[in-house]
Amino acid sequence: MMLRLDNVTKVYKVGAFGGKTLTAVDRVSFDVPEGQVVSLIGESGSGKSTLGRMILGLVPVTAGSITLDGAPVRPGKEYYRHVQGVFQDPFSTFNPVFKADRVFQLIREAYFPAATAAEWDERVRAALRDVRLDPDQVLGKYPHQLSGGQLQRVLIARALLLDLKLLVADEITSMLDASTRIDVLNLLAEIKGRGLGVLYITHDLSLGNYLAERTVVLRHGTVVEMGATDKVFGRPLHPYTRQLLSAVPRLHDPWEDAEPVTSCLYHDSGAAGGLAEAEEDHFVACARLEGCREERLEGRPGGRPEGVLKGRLEGRLKGRLEGR
Amino acid sequence: MSLRVSDLKVHYRTLRGDVRALDGVSFELGDAEILGLAGESGCGKTTLGKSLIRMDGRMRHVGGTVELDGTELPIGDDRRMNDFRFHEVSLVPQYSMSALNPTRKIGKMVGELLRSRGVTPDTAKLLGRLDAVGLPHEVLDRYPIELSGGMKQRMVMVVSTLLDPSLLIADEVTSALDVSTQKAVAKALAGFRDDGFVKSMIFITHDISLTYQIADTIMVMYAGKLAEKAPARTIVEAPRHPYTRMLIDSLPEVGVRHTDRRLSGIAGSPPSLLDPPAGCRFRDRCPLAFDRCAEEPPAAEVAPGHFVACWKA
Repeated sequence: MMLRLDNVTKVYKVGAFGGKTLTAVDRVSFDVPEGQVVSLIGESGSGKSTLGRMILGLVPVTAGSITLDGAPVRPGKEYYRHVQGVFQDPFSTFNPVFKADRVFQLIREAYFPAATAAEWDERVRAALRDVRLDPDQVLGKYPHQLSGGQLQRVLIARALLLDLKLLVADEITSMLDASTRIDVLNLLAEIKGRGLGVLYITHDLSLGNYLAERTVVLRHGTVVEMGATDKVFGRPLHPYTRQLLSAVPRLHDPWEDAEPVTSCLYHDSGAAGGLAEAEEDHFVACARLEGCREERLEGRPGGRPEGVLKGRLEGRLKGRLEGR
Repeated sequence: MSLRVSDLKVHYRTLRGDVRALDGVSFELGDAEILGLAGESGCGKTTLGKSLIRMDGRMRHVGGTVELDGTELPIGDDRRMNDFRFHEVSLVPQYSMSALNPTRKIGKMVGELLRSRGVTPDTAKLLGRLDAVGLPHEVLDRYPIELSGGMKQRMVMVVSTLLDPSLLIADEVTSALDVSTQKAVAKALAGFRDDGFVKSMIFITHDISLTYQIADTIMVMYAGKLAEKAPARTIVEAPRHPYTRMLIDSLPEVGVRHTDRRLSGIAGSPPSLLDPPAGCRFRDRCPLAFDRCAEEPPAAEVAPGHFVACWKA
């Protein structure tokens, strides 16, 4: 299984009568391989949820392509057999007038009409045990009788009943308390062992770092840095990633002041927003920062051929890496 | 001593009986001290903050006293509290995003607010405060919709502290903000104390790592009671209450990967406060619980300034 995003772009029409446009996601490319957790990190407005929604087929793609095992996203019963999403607020996901286990019944009606009641009950119980829930405590309860952590796990269990290949988890722990959130994260780490890919969308760098093999950092709809999590967080190269990391409150270390993002080390990089490979499995983009753009315009009015640029950038990145 | 809270009890009235959201909490807050109030949802931290400034209709002051700078606050009496609100005690609410009047330019709104309190607006002071939080003076001529979330939050902070209150209560002020904005707002709050705009502060949040960055003392609450209170460094480096210890152990930090060190949460959930069990309220989730926990542990001072409500501490 492999989910592949290739130059995915989303342009929303905004303003009265859709007169203006807003580019929420701009030429984003990355993969989610099977058996891996990829975390998509960004602040509000970075386009991370829009990406999740496009992968789930809830929002159409403006340009570029999203493919699962080589086949394009075609929202429908067959697609949702393999791709499911879990969202931020478990209390609004459930219909409060029905019992929470109705979500399992709906799966049975849609996908497994041939299963007998006893067979199905056994499968539901097994799925609940897989997400570390006691079936007797959860079945037959209304959503308000369960905690947020329990509800999120019910939704993960529901997804696991299907022949799941990809789970899109959009901020699924941000409404949970610190003491229960870590158990849901551990659960995501466990289920990837079944060979399914998990796209974990979050604004919390420490959670993404804890869980994911690979990390994609988004800013204003473009990827600024991506690669193996230990490389992106261990040797962050992009000033934006550095600034984010320095702003995360940590236990034991007081806040330090980061270098401001106004001057960009990589302003020589291509204006197309391409990514340069700094080391194996670690890609960095030129920040499309305002100050940086001005500097670039002043610095090289004529522009240089792209190949030269790329070579120079890679030289600098290497120097930066070795210097540290 | 700036604030002294003794055995404060505040209950919520519901159809099924009283919810004991705050069930006998005592603590003191020194001059120029920032107290971080941490705990899970439903532990009573917001109730405590609200009790000190304005109780809503469902809340009832059942017992205990609150003393600010030597004067007892009439917290149960909504009308008499008016003399203290904003002059002595002020609040930066969680909902700052919607706290500003959308139909007024900000400068006009601030003027109206001050006059409603019988104070003549002092423009020089207001501009000075804007500089202190890093807002441009032009914001006064803008509508709230033209400001970003972090700017609105900082504007509300300026408005809440214009009358130089003695105590400022900041309730989850950063939970809706991005990490970089969160840092700027938290630092601006700490700056208010350093510059003497407010004498002391209670900083309420569910995020212990954030509290650690700006608070001098951290108080951890559990199910309407105090679990542990100590200097910030002690809470993080050497917690004595099993709840604090487990809570801190469950926090993933940048640099911790699940493949290297697997963290675990706290099994179970807090007890219902409608009819809380006798004895220690953390007993059912506590790995150290023993017979004596059926008796309620008092908040004992195990070291100077370090209070723990646990028999095993």
